[in-house]
Amino acid sequence: MTQYIMRRLLQAIPLLLIVTVLIYGLLKAVGDPLAHLANDPLVRAEDRAILRRSLGLDDPVALQFLHWLIGDDWHQRDLDFDGEPDTYGERRGVLRGDFGESFRFGRPVTQVIGAVLPNTLILGVTAYIVTVVLGLGIGIFAALRQYSFLDNLITTISFILFSMPIFLVALLSVFFFSVKFQEWGLPSLPTGGMYDVRGDRSLDELLVRLILPVFSLAAISIARYTRFVRASMLEVINSDYIRTARAKGLSERRINYVHGLKNASLPVITLMGLDIPFILSGAVVTETIFGWPGMGKLFIDSLTILDPPVLIIFVLITAVAVVLMQLLTDLVYAWLDPRIHYN
Amino acid sequence: MAQTTLSTPTTRVPTLGTEKRRSDSIWRLAIRRFFKHRMAVFGLLLLVSVVLFITVGTLFYSEAYANQTAILKKNNPPSAEHPLGTDQVGRDILARAIYGGQISLLIGISSVVISIAVGSIIGLVAGFFGGWIDALLMRLVEALLAIPTLILLLVLSSVLTRNTATLNILGRELSSTVIMIVFIIGLTTWMPLSRIVRSLVLTLKEQEFILAARAIGVKDRRIISQHVLPNCLAPIIVSATLGIGTAIITEAYLSFLGFGVLPPTATWGNILSPAKDMIGTVWWMWMVPGALIVATVLAINFIGDGLRDAFDPRSTK
Repeated sequence: MTQYIMRRLLQAIPLLLIVTVLIYGLLKAVGDPLAHLANDPLVRAEDRAILRRSLGLDDPVALQFLHWLIGDDWHQRDLDFDGEPDTYGERRGVLRGDFGESFRFGRPVTQVIGAVLPNTLILGVTAYIVTVVLGLGIGIFAALRQYSFLDNLITTISFILFSMPIFLVALLSVFFFSVKFQEWGLPSLPTGGMYDVRGDRSLDELLVRLILPVFSLAAISIARYTRFVRASMLEVINSDYIRTARAKGLSERRINYVHGLKNASLPVITLMGLDIPFILSGAVVTETIFGWPGMGKLFIDSLTILDPPVLIIFVLITAVAVVLMQLLTDLVYAWLDPRIHYN
Repeated sequence: MAQTTLSTPTTRVPTLGTEKRRSDSIWRLAIRRFFKHRMAVFGLLLLVSVVLFITVGTLFYSEAYANQTAILKKNNPPSAEHPLGTDQVGRDILARAIYGGQISLLIGISSVVISIAVGSIIGLVAGFFGGWIDALLMRLVEALLAIPTLILLLVLSSVLTRNTATLNILGRELSSTVIMIVFIIGLTTWMPLSRIVRSLVLTLKEQEFILAARAIGVKDRRIISQHVLPNCLAPIIVSATLGIGTAIITEAYLSFLGFGVLPPTATWGNILSPAKDMIGTVWWMWMVPGALIVATVLAINFIGDGLRDAFDPRSTK
């Protein structure tokens, strides 16, 4: 088993390299990050050329990637344009712990991301817990009462939610719980970001401000989990060994929760495992609508303004998390299903 | 195949396995089960009404009218002249919803065809053959899955939709972003299905009937097409139908964030996109396309669920 884990971790290295090359190439294709300076009357053309060269944007793309990976403090550039290389670069590269500097903020990428990551975790982890607990609970509940009134009701509601884009849930919840409730004189919920403009940073205030974004994020996921759990639970409880278990007189409780749930949980675990790393990448749509200062909003802003150093580290963080969670998911999978062997 | 079975029933010598179940009866049974499924029939009717809306509607409004701006009539609430109001540049929402629906459905269906084909083939091949093929394909899937779909979509679309042109397809002027979005969605959404199919195949191939088939010398290709694939059909069909809905929603996400199909070509997503800053005041601008998205995707989901039950050989209904 240890050998298997080691092998998977080693396999992750080329995988992450593929991901970074892919994204690096794509981001290069998006366009010139200094394009906005061309229209800025305060920036002279000569300064722009020097800036471009000192940032390494004049180097060939492959060399730029190498610099990003292992640094450019061994590479001289001609910053005074006299035809001779004169100045060494200052970056040390990702592999030596230098994650680069944001073009937009002029601060290290680690600081830029570090500033918003906790906000995303607060929102994402809360929504994830709510989703898994309610999704599993409602899914099992519905499967055990197939085609009953409650099952049909749950199915209908989850189908409607499942058919909604997140932004529609968000827009509807803002429309009713914030705009309309205020019109009707009812207590309305805040929508604008994490913090009160008056500077109220208490936990109570944060919790109130979490309600609508978490609701928007979780509602559709709960429906997704409910459908998934119900489907795989039904798949299992209609199978022969469940009939055998019932025939030999096991209690319904034991049949459903020990024999049934354990096998039904296999596909669900994949879903749960694959969802965890994406908490890190934040909720692009929800964070944009609610002005939540998290990873998703940082991503959209960085893509709009084109800030490649931030974007690539952003993708890399998610990729590392995904690789680790996939390994964990596979291990749990093998542990739950003895028919599967990894060698 | 169905025809030969039907036309020459007497000359055919029944061999082991064929006398029990003919291949056409499974489909007929499935159709019968499908039409007994109330929600599925409701979904079908709902989808037919949406399709009628976006086709019959074109008799009343021209696409030129749908794309025509009238800045003095911007953000108008529903009135006699504009039954569902106007958008931020004075275009008629009803007309845009009709033509936008066509594009949204087109994107949904085309991208799923790409996505399902790639996903099932890769899942089957990886799961069945195992070894280095499996390792290679799954590393590819992992590399692509390691990037959140929406992130990948957004980056790809900011690359590909940068240079936009107007294409003439079947006599209609379309933004080239439509084609780009189809490929972007199709090629970024097949990975989950390939993993589902692979994990199913992994469990399936350990089972006795596959071993039995192999023991009597059935070829790999036949084992895959006759024994493994039919057992994977339910999740593939569910994925395909739900996939159309997801693709419609995905297009809406991209357009909502400003990275999707660009105006003047309307889609349900880009009609409601500008409304995000005026949620309380211009409700018709997001509620109309929003409701259409939900109705369509809901219908597709009901049909998908009906198909899942109908194709399930263990279904008792």
